[in-house]
Amino acid sequence: MKMTGAEILIKALEDLGVDVVFGYPGGAVLNIYDALFQNTKVRHLLVRHEQGGVHMADGYARASGKTGVCLVTSGPGATNTVTGIATAYMDSIPIVVFSGQVPSLMIGNDAFQEADIVGITRPCTKHNYLIKQTKDMARTIKEAFYIASTGRPGPVLVDIPKDVLAGTAEYHLPEEVKLRGYHPNYEGHQKQVENAIRMLLEKERPVIYAGGGVILSDSSSLLSEFARILGIPVTTTLMGLGGFPGTDPLSLGMLGMHGTFRANMAISHCDVILGVGARFDDRVTGKIDEFAPGAKIIHVDIDPTSIQKNVPVDIPIVGDLKDVLRKMIKLVKGTKEAAKYRKKIAPWRDQMAEWKSTHPLAYKQGKGKIKPQYVVEQVYDLTGGDAIITTEVGQNQMFAAQYYLFDNPRTFLSSGGLGTMGYGLPAAIGAQVAMPEKLVVDIAGDGSIQMNIQELATAVQYRLPVKVVILNNGSLGMVRQWQELFFQGKLSHTCLPQIPDFVRLAEAYGAAGFRATKPEQVRDVLRKGFAAPGPAIIDIVTDPNEMVYPMVPAGAPLTKMLLV
Amino acid sequence: MRHTISVLVENEFGVLSRVSGLFSGRGFNIESLSVAETQDPTVSRMTIVTSGNDQIVEQILKQLNKLVSVIKVVNLTNKETVNRELVLIKVNADPETKAEVLRLVDIFRAKIVDVAIRCYTIEMTGDEEKINALLQLLKPNGIREIVRTGRVAIARGM
Ligand SMILES: Cc1ncc(C[n+]2csc(CCOP(=O)(O)OP(=O)(O)O)c2C)c(N)n1
Ligand SMILES: [Mg+2]
Repeated sequence: MKMTGAEILIKALEDLGVDVVFGYPGGAVLNIYDALFQNTKVRHLLVRHEQGGVHMADGYARASGKTGVCLVTSGPGATNTVTGIATAYMDSIPIVVFSGQVPSLMIGNDAFQEADIVGITRPCTKHNYLIKQTKDMARTIKEAFYIASTGRPGPVLVDIPKDVLAGTAEYHLPEEVKLRGYHPNYEGHQKQVENAIRMLLEKERPVIYAGGGVILSDSSSLLSEFARILGIPVTTTLMGLGGFPGTDPLSLGMLGMHGTFRANMAISHCDVILGVGARFDDRVTGKIDEFAPGAKIIHVDIDPTSIQKNVPVDIPIVGDLKDVLRKMIKLVKGTKEAAKYRKKIAPWRDQMAEWKSTHPLAYKQGKGKIKPQYVVEQVYDLTGGDAIITTEVGQNQMFAAQYYLFDNPRTFLSSGGLGTMGYGLPAAIGAQVAMPEKLVVDIAGDGSIQMNIQELATAVQYRLPVKVVILNNGSLGMVRQWQELFFQGKLSHTCLPQIPDFVRLAEAYGAAGFRATKPEQVRDVLRKGFAAPGPAIIDIVTDPNEMVYPMVPAGAPLTKMLLV
Repeated sequence: MRHTISVLVENEFGVLSRVSGLFSGRGFNIESLSVAETQDPTVSRMTIVTSGNDQIVEQILKQLNKLVSVIKVVNLTNKETVNRELVLIKVNADPETKAEVLRLVDIFRAKIVDVAIRCYTIEMTGDEEKINALLQLLKPNGIREIVRTGRVAIARGM
């Protein structure tokens, strides 16, 4: 039976198990919306801005591990997705974005609502397609999902001209994908794994440095098992938070620019680093020539380009972390060497404990202004550490990363690589769609929240009870912090004098609004906001002068931390 | 150091911009690039001449491999290869210098492929050194225009 391209798209989504699409209609995708009308298998959520739609698909993917899907029209609909796609690309998140395109014959003519979105997104997608013929629809869609979700995951864009959507073809979704140029390597090289273990066991001051790859590959429990067998301390990147339990005695917390003292000291004084699913990004390494000067480096990653990119590596292992960690565990589990090793490196662990006690993360909540760190700690306490936390970007993001202890993967969703303000609210909505039973909280800034505030309407419409906790410091706090520290306190355009009344704004959208201005009100408004049946904004007026510490100035070595 | 990289790619629209975009986006340099279909019409071959230290070239090879449209990447640099380039040269041919130009064409086993008043168009294939040598010797006569294809290369033997 012949079907239209639009019908093929919807049928393929059904057959691929896609249960939700975040979308926004327009002229070029009318055929798809017609095919969606009264469809009961694929749920469509009408977003309020295409950027929000992509972040929702992204939040959905991060929370669930499934591939997120977004659907937009041509031209401005498509260009509005770019920031969302780039965000997913930098953090390796599996999403597929479908964009409508002007009819094939008009492509290149500057037709109404034409944009070369395949050209525009080439550098920020894992791969992208322009479908030329209706008969290619099903195969291309299958490939798009396959590429997005395998190997190192990432966004894939599929651009579909209007005539291809209207044209007809037989529906045939291939069982398997055959791509001559795409063969992700999952198996870690056994010899290299053995070499890595040998090198680890020879050393005295090991550190495991874990990134977002641990979460993407669902190998956090294997990582915990491995670290505990050998008693090796673990530090994670921002993206790796939740990949190793934050409350575990072996946890050093986050490293890097706003990492903990002990994590940065550990990485700077260790004699071997086992890097897993991380990419030695500049926010993590600080000054690259002085990064981990005395350490050998073992680097495990599924993406060969991540290895040897920023730092020279002694033992590279390309493969799926799951496979490599299993092999590593097999080599050490229950062995005498492992027991001996745990004992041998006990003094190193004692050193961590000492650093932790001499230089803990710290702040003082007095009677006056509300400290943002205090707010995050109360959120942690009231949610029992069991919420899904999304963040915006800036100080809010760093305080969330430092003061909420993440014990489980897929519970901390934040734009790490691109640092996209406006990510948190739509990502929270996407996460809530994926995890209806969970409490989802966006820890936000007063600046960032205004970048995608319109999605509050989406949350209200679909009764998605996300909670937005605004750390309202009246400024673009993180930029202000840099101006304070590195530009002689000249606060050029970082104060936000015209902040809306967020409580009334929430109410205008049909959500609930709460506010705290004094420390003793914080717990109470948080409790009320979390208990509200629908979405809520909890506006907390915080100390406008608070800074995020420790801080490693950009380009300085990790040991040169500015402390409180 | 200079490297010659041979890349087999899907013969489909947009592949060239994926590859060239990779080079420009990551700050890698392209000295020359040539593309054409292979014996299999669904596959094209690109020959890219680039330069960089070992770490950069390692990244270039890995990044190329990562592109979904790239089927195979071979670094020909330290292999036994045949390298060729084709050049077309428009050179002045005045009554006094004509004989000298013809002599050079003969010595270099090049060809005159077009003749106009006071101007010859010369075609020559060879490796870069040979082409550069001819250009050097023709220079005093006044070169009006040159077109070079950039290097193509193939491994020796099987
Ligand atoms: C889209 C975008 N534009 C600009 C920036 C640069 N930037 C980083 S943090 C920040 C300030 C964010 O302010 P706010 O959301 O109030 O967070 P705070 O630091 O005050 O907690 C800015 C402007 C960015 N990260 N993203
Ligand atoms: Mg702020």
